[in-house]
Formats: sequence, C-alpha cells, structure tokens
Amino acid sequence: MIHFTFLTTDYLLFLVLTLLAICLCVSFRSQQFSVSWRQMLTKPLAMSSLVVLCFYITIGLLDSIHFRVPTAQGHHSIKVYSFFDKVIGESTTEKTYSAPLATHAYNKVSRLTPDGRIVRFYSALKHIPGHVLASHGHYVLDVVFTFLKASMWALFLWLALLLIWVKLSPHVTVKKFIRGDLPLAWRSFWITLGIMLLMIFMAHGMSGNYHVLGTNKIGHDVFYECLKGIRTALLIGSLTTLFMLPFAVLLGTMAGYFGGIVDDVIQYIYTTLSSIPGVLLIAAAILSIQVYIDNHPETFSSLASRADARLITLCLILGVTSWTNLCRVLRAETLKLRELDFIQASKALGAGHGRIIWSHIVPNLVHIILITAVLDFSHLILAEAVLTYVGVGVDPTTFSWGNMIDSARLEFAREPIVWWPLLGAFSFMFIFVLSVNLFADALRDAFDPRTRFGG
Amino acid sequence: MLGKWYGFILLLLILLAGCDDKPLNHPYPSENDETRVFYSHFTGRPKTLDPARSYSVDEALFTGQIYEPPLQYHYLKRPYLLTPLTAARMPVITYLNAKGDPLPKDADETQIAYSMYEITLQPGIQYQPHPGFAKDHQGQYRYHTLSKKEAATQQALVDFDETDSRELTADDYVYQIKRLAHPATQSPIFGFMENHIIGFTEYQQLLQQAYEENTNHFFDLRKYDFPGVEVVDRYTYRIYLKGKYPQFIYWLAMHFFAPIPWEVDYFYSQSGMEQHNLGFDWYPVGTGPYLLSENNPNRRMTLQKNPNFRGEYYPQEGELEDESKGLLTLSGTLLPIVDKFVFTLEREAIPRWNKFLQGYYDQSGIATDSFDEAIQIDALGKPELTSSIAEKSITLKTSIDPSVYYLGFNMLDPVVGGASERARKLRLAIAVALDFEEYISIFLNGRAVVANGLVPPGVFGYRSGKGGMNQKIYEFKNNKIKRRSLAYAKRLLLEAGYANGIDPKTQQPLILNYDAIGGAQANERAQFNWMRKQFAKLGIELYVKSTHYNRFREKIRTGNSQIYMWGWSADYPDPENFLFLLYGPNGKVSHGGENTSNYHNAEFDSLFKKMKGMDNTSERQVIIDKMREIIQGDSPLVFAYHPKSFTLYHQWVSPRKFSGIINNGLKYVDIDMEKRQSQRKQWNQSNFWPLLFLLGIFVAVLIPVVYRFWRKEHFPMDRID
Amino acid sequence: MLGYILRRLLYAMPVLIGVNLITFLLFFSVNTPDDMARSQLGAKYVTQNAIEHWKQQHGYDKPLFFNQESVGTGKITETLFYTKSVSMFAFHFGRSDGGRNIGHDIVQRMWPSLALAAPVLLLGLLTNIILAIVIVFFRGSYLETGGLILCIILMSISSLFYIIFGQYFIGRVMQLTPISGFSGGWHGIKFLILPVVIGVIGGIGTGIRWYRTLFLEEINKDYVRTARAKGLSQMRVLFVHVLKNAMIPILTGVVVIIPSLFLGSLIMESFFGIPGLGSYTIDAIRTQDFAIVRSMVFLGAVLYIAGLILTDISYTFVDPRVRLK
Repeated sequence: MIHFTFLTTDYLLFLVLTLLAICLCVSFRSQQFSVSWRQMLTKPLAMSSLVVLCFYITIGLLDSIHFRVPTAQGHHSIKVYSFFDKVIGESTTEKTYSAPLATHAYNKVSRLTPDGRIVRFYSALKHIPGHVLASHGHYVLDVVFTFLKASMWALFLWLALLLIWVKLSPHVTVKKFIRGDLPLAWRSFWITLGIMLLMIFMAHGMSGNYHVLGTNKIGHDVFYECLKGIRTALLIGSLTTLFMLPFAVLLGTMAGYFGGIVDDVIQYIYTTLSSIPGVLLIAAAILSIQVYIDNHPETFSSLASRADARLITLCLILGVTSWTNLCRVLRAETLKLRELDFIQASKALGAGHGRIIWSHIVPNLVHIILITAVLDFSHLILAEAVLTYVGVGVDPTTFSWGNMIDSARLEFAREPIVWWPLLGAFSFMFIFVLSVNLFADALRDAFDPRTRFGG
Repeated sequence: MLGKWYGFILLLLILLAGCDDKPLNHPYPSENDETRVFYSHFTGRPKTLDPARSYSVDEALFTGQIYEPPLQYHYLKRPYLLTPLTAARMPVITYLNAKGDPLPKDADETQIAYSMYEITLQPGIQYQPHPGFAKDHQGQYRYHTLSKKEAATQQALVDFDETDSRELTADDYVYQIKRLAHPATQSPIFGFMENHIIGFTEYQQLLQQAYEENTNHFFDLRKYDFPGVEVVDRYTYRIYLKGKYPQFIYWLAMHFFAPIPWEVDYFYSQSGMEQHNLGFDWYPVGTGPYLLSENNPNRRMTLQKNPNFRGEYYPQEGELEDESKGLLTLSGTLLPIVDKFVFTLEREAIPRWNKFLQGYYDQSGIATDSFDEAIQIDALGKPELTSSIAEKSITLKTSIDPSVYYLGFNMLDPVVGGASERARKLRLAIAVALDFEEYISIFLNGRAVVANGLVPPGVFGYRSGKGGMNQKIYEFKNNKIKRRSLAYAKRLLLEAGYANGIDPKTQQPLILNYDAIGGAQANERAQFNWMRKQFAKLGIELYVKSTHYNRFREKIRTGNSQIYMWGWSADYPDPENFLFLLYGPNGKVSHGGENTSNYHNAEFDSLFKKMKGMDNTSERQVIIDKMREIIQGDSPLVFAYHPKSFTLYHQWVSPRKFSGIINNGLKYVDIDMEKRQSQRKQWNQSNFWPLLFLLGIFVAVLIPVVYRFWRKEHFPMDRID
Repeated sequence: MLGYILRRLLYAMPVLIGVNLITFLLFFSVNTPDDMARSQLGAKYVTQNAIEHWKQQHGYDKPLFFNQESVGTGKITETLFYTKSVSMFAFHFGRSDGGRNIGHDIVQRMWPSLALAAPVLLLGLLTNIILAIVIVFFRGSYLETGGLILCIILMSISSLFYIIFGQYFIGRVMQLTPISGFSGGWHGIKFLILPVVIGVIGGIGTGIRWYRTLFLEEINKDYVRTARAKGLSQMRVLFVHVLKNAMIPILTGVVVIIPSLFLGSLIMESFFGIPGLGSYTIDAIRTQDFAIVRSMVFLGAVLYIAGLILTDISYTFVDPRVRLK
C-alpha cells in the first residue's frame, strides 16, 4: 500500500486553492464581478495566459501529493515521491553534463586501452537507447520521427477535444470559431491549448529517449528539475499571499475605519516594518530559522521536512515584508469610503462596525486587493531567485529555479559554455511570470474602476 | 528602444578608447612600464593581519610576505627543510633537567624537564618605514603624543608625512611572544602554547590583572616578564619549554613568532587610531621583502617592495627535477623580484575566471569551482588542461595540501565505538563499503588523493603504493591496488553480527546517525544522498543530521555523535601534527584535545610518545608504519582523502612551486612584462558587431515610430483621441 | 517648518527603537553569544576561556534585556540591548564581530554605492520618462499596445538574467568593458558603464508603465484640452505642459528613494565587484556578522525615514499650496 505523507506546504497549497475556488464561486454570483470577469476573458492575451497558468498550477498540484511506496523488505521507502514523479517516471542519471538532446556526454573522458594507450572520447549517455547511437543518421531519423509522432498525437487530441466542445456548446459553430466571432476569446484559448498540448507531447516523447534540456553537473535531467521548480514558485507566490492578505485587509480597513489610537498603532507597526530594508529582514529571519532547525534535528527528521520548514518561514517573512504596502493603500481607500453617504447611513441605522466593514467597505476594496495580489505574485517568483542567490532563499535541497540559477551561473564561465541549466530555469520562470503579469494587466483593465470608466 | 543606450555607450567608449591604446576592457589604471606589477585577486576580506591573531591561509598570503619569523622553509627542497630567515643560524636547542642544568643531546626523555631554544638574529636588519618610528630633532617620537584632534584627521597611514625605521632586535621577538598571552589579543594559539611555554598561563593571569588596573592608553608589555622567555643580548633571545617538544621549531617558522616593535604598538594604541582601523589588524609592520602600501580590504590590497629589505638570494639548489622545470633559472637573483603585487577583491567566480582568461590576473590561485572548466582528470587520475586553456599556454601546478579528511566514529558510542570485535568489524565493513574514489571524482572533480592513514604525501612518514596500502580495505591484485569487494564487506558485517545489515535486537535494518556540517552548499543534498547510498549497500540505514558548524563542534566536544565527517589542516609538516589526532590523552571529550573520535589504544599511545621526539630517521619511519597498521586495524576513522590545490598561471610568470605550508613564496616570482602586454592586447580585441546588430533593431523599431509620428502631425484628423 | 521636522524626527525615535528590537529578537532568539564567539574564533584550539574573553571584549557578556544582578537603572542599562542600541543613535556603530570599525567602513563604502546607484536612477528616470511620453503620444495605436507588451515582457525577466547575460555578452564576448571592478575618479567610468546599462534596462519595464499612468491621468485634465484647442502641437503639450504638471508625483516619488541610494544594490555590487554598502551587507549576511547586519538595518531605517521627511519637504517646494505645520 502506498502511504500518503503530506508536507505542511502541501496542505497549505490545497487550502489556498480551495479558498481561491470559493472566492471565485462567490464572485461569480455577484453581477458586478461576473461582468468584469467576462470582460476580461474577451481579451485574447488574458485567455492565453490563463491557459498557461492552469498548466503550471496543475503541475504544481500534482507535485504536491506526496507518498512513500513500499519496499521489498516490507516497510516504506525513506524517499518521498510525489504524484508528479510517478506520472513522468524517473529519468536516468548521467555522470555529468550533457547538452540538450545530445547522445553523448559534453566532455571527453579518457580511458586506458588494454595495450596501455590513453584514448579520449565522448562517452555515450546511459539514457539513450542503443539503436539511436548506431549512427548520426539514426539519431536524426529518431528525433524527426519522435517529433512527428508527438505532433500527430497532439493534433489528434486537440482536434478531438475541439470537436467535442463545438458539438456540446449550443451557440458555437466552426465558422464562428474561425472568424473569432464568439463572446469570449475562445479562439486564443484553443490555440494556446494546442500549443501547450504539442509541447507536452513533444516533451514526453523526447524524454523517452533523450534529455530534453540536457543534464547538469551531477548528471540530473535539467528539464525534470525545471518542472519540479514550478511547485516551489507556486508555493512562494500563493502562501505569501495567504499569510499577507488577512493582515493587510484587517489592519488596513481597521486603521482607516476607526482612526484615532487604532490608526496610530497600526501606522507605527507598518512604518517600523517597512523601514527595515526587506532583504535584511528576510535574511535575519531565515538565518534565525536555519539555526533553529539545525538545533532541533529531532523535530525536523528528514531533509524534506527541514526544507519545508524553511520554505514556510520564507513565505511568512515575505508576507510580513509585503503586507505593509497593501495595508497603506487600503487604509487610504477606507478613509475615503468612510465618509461616503451610504456608510454614514448604515451607521445611523445602527449597524455594527464589523458588519459595516465586512459588507460595505471590503466589497469596495476587492478590486485593489485582487490586483495587488496578482501583481505581487509575479514579484515574489522573481524575488525567490534573488534571495536564493543572496543565500537567504529556499533551502539548497529544494528544487527551485533560484537554486538552479545559483548553482548554474558558475557554469556560464565554463569553456565551452554550459548554458542549458540557466536557460531552462530562466525560461520556465519567464513564461510563468509573463503569464501572471499579462493576466494581472488584463485584471487591472477589467476591475479597476479608473481604467474601466475613466480611460 | 534599448539600442539608444548602446549607442550612448558606443560614443562614450570611443571617447575613452581615444585616451590610450590599451584594450577597452583594461581594468587597471595606466601603469609605468618599468615597474613590474603582478596582478592577482583575493576572494574574501581578510579578518586580521595581526601576526598574533591571523590563522587562515587567505591572510597568510599577506602576512607571509611582510612578517619574518626567525626561520623559514626552503622554497624548493622536499621534504620540507627549515632554514634561517632572520636568524643568523638554526636555533640551538638545549635540554635541561629539573634543576636547570644542561643535559646531553641524547638524554632520556624522563630526565628532561625543560628545553631551551636559543635564537640568534642577523645584525643590521631594518624594519620597513613606518610613522611609529619617526623622531623629531630632539629625538622624541614624532607621532607618539598625538592629540585627539590630530588623530582624528589621519584617515590612513599614508597621511603621516614622516616615517623612519629601526634595527630589528631580540626584544621585538620577545615582545610578540608576550603579546600572544595578552588577554586583549586573543591569540588563537594561546590555548595550545600555554601547555608548552613555561609560565605562560600564569603570565596571562598576571597580564589580565594588570590590564584591568591599567589606566594609560598603552599597556606596556615590556614591564612584565615571565620565565618562559629571556633576552640575552641585542640579537639573542631564549624560549623555555616544558619537557621536550621537538616540533616547536616549526612554530618558529610561523608568523605567530614574528617580531613586533613596541614603538608601533604604542603608536597604534593612541586614541582615535582604532576608529580608522589603524592597528596591527590592518597595518602590519615587518622586516619582510614587501610592505602593505595600500590596504583596502573592501577593494584592493597592494604589496610594495620594502626599500629597507636586507636582500636575500634565490636558492641555488632544489630537488632533482627542479632544474628541468626551470625553477633554478633565477638562482642567485636578488630577492624580491617583482616590484608590486596588486590583489583585487573578486568575490564572484565568473568575473574572476574571465579576467584570468583575459590576462588581467596573472595567477588564479585558490581552488574553487571555476577550475572545473579548465581541468579534466584523465584515466590515470592525472589532471590536464582542456584544449582551449592549453592554447593560451597556461601552466597548471598542483600540490597536495597538508591536511586530511576523514569519516570519524565516536569510540565512546555503544554501537560503532569501543574495542569489541563486533564494533571493529562493523567499522571495517563500513570502511570497505565507503567508496571514496567515487566521492573524489564526483564531488571534488578529482582534486584529492585517497588517504591510507593520517599522514599526507609530502610529509615524513607517508608511504605510497603497496607499503602504505590499507590491507583491511584494499587488496593487491594484478599489480594494482584495488578496493576490496562489497561481498567482503558484507562478510565482515555478518561476522559482526549484523547479517545483511539487520540489527539482531530489533530485527530491522541497523540505523546509524551521521552528523554533517550544514551550510548553504548547493550540492549538499547530493553528498548526503551519496553517503546514504554507501551505507545502504550494506543494508544499513543512515540518518543524516546536518547541523550548523558551531553546533556540530559542540556535539563532538560533548561526545554526542556517532558518525561524522571532518578534517584537519596541519600547522607544520611533521607526522606528529597528524598522528596526535588519535593520541589517547588528546581525547576530545576527556581532555578537550583534537582527538575527535576519542580513540584510545595503549600501544599506539606509547609509540606516539616515542615517535614524537625523534628525528626523521628510518627508525622513525618504522614506528610510524606500525602506528598506521594499528589504526588501520582498529579503524576509528575511515581515512577519506587529502585535498589538492590547483593553481593556474600565465606563460609570462616565472615557473613556481606551490605548497600548502610555505607562505612567503611571492618574493621568488618574476614576470615578463612585454609578453604580458602583447598577449593581453591579442586576447582583448573588442567585438563591435553585436552593437551594429542592436543598432539595426533600433532603426527597425524607429521606422514605424517616425512614420506614425509624421502621420499624426500632418494628418490631425487621423487622431483617435 | 522647523517645528514640523523636529516633530517628525521625534516620531522617528520609537520607530527606530522598534526596528532595533525586532533585529535583536530575531537574532538572539536562536543565536547565543557563545555561538558568535565560536564562529569568529575559528576552528582550531578554541578553549572555553578564549570564548569568555571574546565575549567580554565584544561586550556580549551581559544579559539580553534585563539584568537581574544590577541595581537601579542598571537593570535596564547594563544589558546587551541597551548598550548596543544607545550608541547606535549617536551613529557610533562600534566594531564588527570581525574586528573592523563599522562606521569607518560605511563611510568608505558609501561613495561607490552612490556612484552606481545615482547614474542608474538619473539615466533610468530620463529613459523611462521619454519612452513613457512616446508611448502616451501614440496612445490608441498598435505602437502603444506593442510597447506595453514589450514592457510586460521586460519586467517579467529576472534581474539575475540581465546581470548574468549582460556581463557575458558585453564583458566576455564583446570585451567592451572590464567584467568587474571599481576605481575612483574618471577612470572609474569604464567599470560603471556595464552595471549602469544593466540597471537601467532592468528597470525600464516597470518604470515606463508607472510614468505612463501618471501622464495618462494628466492628459485627461481640462488644461490639456484647452492647450490642444489653442492649436499647440501634441508633442509640445506632452513635453511642456503635461510633463511639468506630472513633475510633482515624479519628483516626490524620486525624493523618497534618494537617501536609500547610499545603501546600494546587493546583487549588482556583488556581481560587478563594486565595494559599496550592498556588497558589504551581503558579506555580512554570509559570514553572519551580526554587528554589521544590525548597523545596516539601523542605517536603512534612518535613511528610509529621512526619505519620508524629505518627501514632505519637497512637496512644499513643488506645490505652493502645501504648508507643513
């Protein structure tokens, strides 16, 4: 029997996503929001980035279901697998560097022949099947064939899905679809989906015989590491938001609504926190937690749980450093709202403070919260890489793009240059951040009353 | 749109390029062609250059050239040979009995109560110029009575106009030895030396008391004497040790025993000096071939020829192959040769390596990851340069560091420790299973040799090949030394009572705990996994607990560990400094010594005592061989490896010889300035084509912009707003 | 005005005390002075005696917040927190755990930081404003959409990418500038070109979008319509009238960060070997030198508050309607 061992971050991630789903459902019930959402989804770029985001989130989620498998001796393995690991299967580990789609190692090795000569040659990779190694022609043929096969499968699946969708949706016809004459940007949805499907099938097909993005210094598949990095990025973005939002919203609205001493205290707290340079506060917190973890090995028995504890701390402290900004904005906005007629009216009618804040003020702040949260999300992913470089980011044993960049930047000085680990990490990060940013941009256009009505 | 900036840079660059004919990326200001300047780098800020406190290799790079202890190691000869540096001859060692009467050289050790080292200096050695020595017309020290205001305006040593020098005397050496005991100095070797120098412990207590009562800014050590040192005359002083400690002579080649003039100490003690970092920590003063002319540990350190240097000559003889390696071509040259050493702070590996390749660093000295690019290890384990590096005629020199890394078993532990046959076999089984050859090739890129005992190659007592082979772990087959098979290890494990790694008590796999030093290293996970994999080969489950280094040391100190990995870097090249790591009375838990595994074996201990006092004779070798066999059999440590240092230097640098022990080697270096200049020019041709490419993109973007602009201005009705 | 500044300075006190308290709590909740002594004293031959000496020498032999053994006010004043914080308010940072005078190092390292940060700020401002105006000028056209998407792309790229690839292409492939290093005086310019260019490009994406929103807000105001109606050209209106009116938010946004320029940039300085305060901080974090980290936190907080006060003052200069009381 497999034995599920969820990490704390797994629970938290599922919690975030559940909350997000609930919020979305609630918001669709409101007239104003569902109009905004629809308006947003008429934009092709927003739709495309949403599709890409969904892929990232799916991979992150699959990678968050952890379990141990039984071993031959009857007890459970020490190693913890994720569902995602099992889906894509374990990749062969090479000795050291190999270029993307290469058949041989990147560096020559020497071997002593029986007659005492030293020969230098590029050793074949373990992962490559024998028939491909036979000649260069076989290799080219195999690559082209794999490519074609993957494209065929992707195209087939895509067409099938598309046709089912057209059939099932009452107002959609093929003609309308091709002309783009639909209420939402469905055409870009399907194009992006097609591209993503193609990528997945190609990656899967190629991974069978090759290392798609090559291997790193200790011979691990770079493509696999890039994919594993998605979960970390997702966690950093979402958990930080989870920790930050309650503080920012509660304190921001309270400061603005009550004023007086409450306002003073809250202002003092956020001025103090924001006057500490962010990196230094994070550094101090991370160094502290690291010492704590080191001193309590019994609490953090496995490497995974140690890395997990550090990741949570990082998210917490990132939350602490980033709530002040939103809090300030919300306070100012609440100050304005407080003076509006309808709030004064409900006050006069004897509504409680909590009720006024919850049902009158917060709904009018949602667009600010939403936009800030999504924008912060992309900043956080970028920040992770920088913090890891400084040495105060995620644990060195965590799969993350920051760690990849940190260990790969030395390879950039190699002769000949090893570029694929850096490129892999940067492009995965870039695509993720870009889609979040495009999404945030569309979100702002749709939800911000100033751009919606003013511009 | 970005192209705009490139255009701007291009313009600036052309302006700058017009200034002189140097390559555009030349990082140094214009230099005088007549002075020979050697460029290198340092990777981390040195902590202190105080000879009583500094204890790291990075700092020795500077202190080694500035301070001169009485002795030095011969530059070329191996095994290491001590020769006089400032001393006129080698120290005279006399053994004394409890009454203080001299004993003959071959006296029995039980009779020796003290040893006396008498050191005589060469007369006429001068200190480097320093304001602390400067005197005015009346013969008063010019800068010894600075007012607070005066002191506050002096930012650096160069701000003091007048400097002077003084002859080196025996008092200066004694003064420094006293400084080692000064409570405010916090010398790292005091704790060790108080066991050897007579009256050192009491002297520190005396100083502590006097220091607390002292009201003057300067605490004059000359007023306090103790029986451990004695000045005989202007050029002679004596050091008295408890019992016999023959290895003390090696300490006399270390900067801890270099001279310090009291005048400069007085000068630095004045108020306001510390605020500008003026002190021995940052402004050393010595008699050596170089002086620190620029001290900015945040950016650049410059060593300049000491104008008062007495002169010394490049050695005439060396080892057999030194002649053919070109190491003797400079024989008889007056030292130092290079006028100036410029060390730039270069923390990041990429710029460091690239600047070396561009020829802006003459030498890339410290073994880091950036060496991986340049060097490949061939099938015979010999490093060689990759072809692109070899094209630049770069020379690679390797040297084995005087250090040893090992996997230790805590002998006080009930499972892996103790002298029982069960535990011994368990340890041996682990030792066979741990494939350190693989470890070296994966994690060190071949930059190490596997250890067969504690003593590394290059130090007396090391035995290579079949003679030194660890027969418990290796076997000699087909003229080759091979690690014993896993089956052999499993058999040992079975004999120990752990069949297939199953603990008979629990009927579960045996669980062992491994304490690792945790850091921020990226490949740590791989190392832990590797370690776990090795134990898993035997069916043993290994729990890795990585802790902070401080915490780790605390655990070892209290004996609260089972298995751990650690290393030892020697102070001097004598087997005593390695074998004492397993000497019983040196136990970590019981005596706070350096025997971290708390190993105790009566036979080993008695052999150690015997070996300690001997000269490097064949008899000594026999004893060391015996000792090695004992520890190979008991296996309190799995001897892992001795790391190697790789150094690369360019074709214009004279041939060099490296070692982890000798740290005053810079005076022997020469460079060919002309060659360097021409090569630098050849290697640093600027490439402008990407700029043109960017310019093209810029124009391509500009065209629609200009077109739109033109339309907007000329056809206003086209406006959208 | 003077009274206002004094009041603000007084208000800064509790903030700074709070900042100190936070750093203290964070460090000493897990780190003991013994640990610090051990890491500074090195690996070999360290005795307990030496650790005690070190603690005494560096003033770490006192209790943290409350001294049981002392009498009267000594209970509070003879503690680590008090002794280490009070001198800070007089800008006496003392000596680092490594032994150097921190104040001296900070003064020395401030200028290289500024030499990099100031050009990045000024050139960045210039580029961003010009490009933002261009984009506003073409609003509604495909050039605007393209420009904005380009901005989003630029801001989605990690700053590490700019640095690593910039250094590689300009420094290594093209060999146009030294790869790293620093020097004072005019000779230093060639070291700064590369980091400044990278810094400016790295900030372009966010910068343009920010200034664009500022200009868009202005452009919908009545005076712009009036100016256009009078027949002024679009360019003239944008560059003269709109820019002048948008100067208030631009200036105040810039003033707030001017003091922080001294703190430098952690990553840039470290990659390009610039001996500024940024690389100083990174070193301190890596070697866990608490004295330096604490000083830098304090300095950062002071500069941040100074920025806030300067912003308020600058309002009175650019907008005569604002009076500080």
